[in-house]
Amino acid sequence: MSTPTLHAITVLGHDRPGIIAEATGRLSGLGLNLEDSTMTLLRGHFAMMLLCSGSAAGPAIEEALAPLAADGTLTVTVREVPEETAPTTTGSSWVLTVHGGDRPGIVSAVIAEVARVGGNITDLTTRLAGDLYLLLAEIDLPAAADVDALESAIRTAATALGVGATLRPAEADEL
Amino acid sequence: MSAGPAGPDARVAAWTEAELAVEGRVLEVVRVPEPVLSTPGPLVDPTAPETVQLAADLVATMRVSPGCVGLAAPQVGVSAQVFCVDVSAHPKTRDHHGTFVLCNAEVLEASRNEKAREGCMSVPDFTGDVKRATRLVVRGALPGTGEQVEITANAFEARCLQHEIDHCNGFVFLDRVAGAHAIHARKTYL
Repeated sequence: MSTPTLHAITVLGHDRPGIIAEATGRLSGLGLNLEDSTMTLLRGHFAMMLLCSGSAAGPAIEEALAPLAADGTLTVTVREVPEETAPTTTGSSWVLTVHGGDRPGIVSAVIAEVARVGGNITDLTTRLAGDLYLLLAEIDLPAAADVDALESAIRTAATALGVGATLRPAEADEL
Repeated sequence: MSAGPAGPDARVAAWTEAELAVEGRVLEVVRVPEPVLSTPGPLVDPTAPETVQLAADLVATMRVSPGCVGLAAPQVGVSAQVFCVDVSAHPKTRDHHGTFVLCNAEVLEASRNEKAREGCMSVPDFTGDVKRATRLVVRGALPGTGEQVEITANAFEARCLQHEIDHCNGFVFLDRVAGAHAIHARKTYL
């Protein structure tokens, strides 16, 4: 038996009931194990990413998933990826919320401030509803980061765009 | 001990594990997917010697576990309706009842829900956003004497009580998270 490999699979396109059942059923049929997955609807478009491990090779996975894309409304990509170990952090976790009137450049301007201090985005969602634009991000900041200065820089960037921004700790309560 | 509890709450606030008169043992904390964590615990006789020993063991294990503010019997591998709580040293705590153990606890009243992120020694690799009542009335029995008590708890202590009562009923916080994206990989470990 060959060494297990890890494959990243993306499925994007027109939403309909049964996509996940079909995709995961076909992967299960190849003996693959889903290690991590996320799926959401982006303005009604189906968007799913899966990481699966097993002994099936990339071409075999592509072949198994091909029927999903047969009607042309879904795009499926398969690519082998290396194992990554998420390091534990000595820094701190934060939640950034930005909301305001929609205009181009909100995400880039605000997130640039996070990048400037070496902050790492670990989760990000943006939504547009009517004229309201909303950004939610989970951020890891290095232990040496000056959070007050970052918060001030984020507020300045947000104010220039006419939106509001808040940065708050994402500590979990241990129970 | 808190400045405030009066009436029935004063009895709980005055309780300490010294009343149990047995030495607590430090037990191993089990983790999901251990089946005991998903099994509703049976009611116990709060005056039975094994319940008294279990109560002492829970407090002893909580005391040596960094950051631990509560521990339920299923977390030490025992399917039973017993848990201990002590939120007195937690920075988010307002008023509280110090250290206490409750047997056969049930929620009588719950209101004012708030969402917050929880972690659990039995689920070490995840945290999750959970909505819980911040005003709570709980009834249970004290181990040893078997006295029936009612506790009016709020804020962090109320959250802790609900988390531990859930354990006794075979639920972990993963069963209560607020949505599909409400689970997070833990980044720091106590």
